[in-house]
Amino acid sequence: MATEAILTEVAIKLKSSLKTKLRAEGIDMVFTRDSNKIQVLQQIDLEVGEGEFVCLLGPSGCGKSTLLNVLAGFISPTTGQVRIDNEPVCGPDPRRIFVFQERGVFPWLTVEGNISFGLFRLLPEERNQRIARYVKLVGLQGFEKAYPQELSGGMKQRLEVARALAVNPDMLFLDEPFGALDSITRLVMRRELLRIWEAERKTIIFVTHDIDEAVQLADRVVVMSARPARIQGIVDIDIAHPRDISSSRYLKLRDGIFKQIGMAHKV
Amino acid sequence: MAETVQAIKLRRRIKPLAFIVVLLVIWHVAANHQSFHILPGPLAVAGGIAELAEHGLLLKYVVASLFRVIWGYVMAAMLAVPIGLAIGWYKRSEMALNPLIQIFRPISPLAWIPISILWFGVGDMAAIFLIFLASLLPLIVTAMNAVNGIPQVHINAGRNFGLNQRQLVYRVLFPAIAPQLIIGLRITLGIAWLVVVAAEMIAVNSGLGFLIVDARNAGNRYDLVVAGMVLIGVIGLMLDIGMRSLEKIESLRWGYSED
Repeated sequence: MATEAILTEVAIKLKSSLKTKLRAEGIDMVFTRDSNKIQVLQQIDLEVGEGEFVCLLGPSGCGKSTLLNVLAGFISPTTGQVRIDNEPVCGPDPRRIFVFQERGVFPWLTVEGNISFGLFRLLPEERNQRIARYVKLVGLQGFEKAYPQELSGGMKQRLEVARALAVNPDMLFLDEPFGALDSITRLVMRRELLRIWEAERKTIIFVTHDIDEAVQLADRVVVMSARPARIQGIVDIDIAHPRDISSSRYLKLRDGIFKQIGMAHKV
Repeated sequence: MAETVQAIKLRRRIKPLAFIVVLLVIWHVAANHQSFHILPGPLAVAGGIAELAEHGLLLKYVVASLFRVIWGYVMAAMLAVPIGLAIGWYKRSEMALNPLIQIFRPISPLAWIPISILWFGVGDMAAIFLIFLASLLPLIVTAMNAVNGIPQVHINAGRNFGLNQRQLVYRVLFPAIAPQLIIGLRITLGIAWLVVVAAEMIAVNSGLGFLIVDARNAGNRYDLVVAGMVLIGVIGLMLDIGMRSLEKIESLRWGYSED
């Protein structure tokens, strides 16, 4: 009964109050490996509003990272099209930064060097201001001259987020960014990300396989099926931040998604 | 009382030196007790080195060998590194050129001695050519593998921040490959130093390799033979230490950490 109730709340369309930021239409992705065709994505239609926080949730290896790479322009889909701000996406763009797991920071640059990596078009003065601002935002003061190998996993992750935010993008793509962190650091990082998101109001698309993570963070959770990935349903998380993770509403939404994912495993 | 850092460092330096001294003493004692002539003792070898210095040959031969190595090695590096980087960067050229590289690679540079003498005659050019050949393929392969080893996330991140192809090469490719390339340059310099000795035994009339062959041929002066070997070892060690010091540069150190 509870599942039924959740499923009726699935909202494929955006809330009318939001302006469309990203629209993906009819995305199919077929990889050819050793003359075998592997369908990874099947008929993905997705709309994301400006300033929205959307989680793509699905079982490991289902293709959600591939979808994120398509949305960010790193790979072009076999069929279908992605439009951002009504322009077709045909490659990566500094207005939309992809955050990898912490492996994405450049080990040959210091914290400062990493944050200023994308700021080469700015004047030195403005660049230094930006560096200082984002070092502070992610709490890395005192580590400006440190190299990534001297930082912990959580600090590297924050550094990568700072590097992304420093170029003032209007979208962030995050690919299981906290997957490699220990559970305590992961909770801290989620809170940090929400704080930053509330301060800067970027549009965020966040890939995860962790149901709790999705329900804690997102405005909407896009539940994906096992490969080939289809959108199984979209769940509105209508709880204001900060979210009480023991409230009945939270648990109800979480259990509903849990059942959907469980079904995805069986089908 | 805990030892000071200096004391620990000093001990670390002294240990290998002390071990060498012990070996020298054993060598000395054993050389004095040999019933028939197997090896000259350390004092005879030291005398040999002194004799070379006296005749002005020590500096002359060392400089001659280093001159050949540096020319051959530097020319190879200037050619091989850009080629290797280009092959690694453009995947298609790798498919085309890799079989060729793999065929030439197992051929010992010494197999080229007759051809290099045919082409360049007996002289410096033949030896330099051999060193050039010996350094060329290992450096191409090193540069190629270094490019292939760049994590895709770093290239993607570079593209994501709006770098054009040229900026990508300067700001991602070069720094990403530098540590591995330096290791390759170091190992290849070692190879070049091995090959110069062999080349000098055949193709020229000076240098440390020539010294070894000449000392044997002109009167079985085994003290000079071993003196030549000791000099080769010491200079090889110094070259390696010189290259290793590059690995201490701060922005390269990430490439050499264990984790």
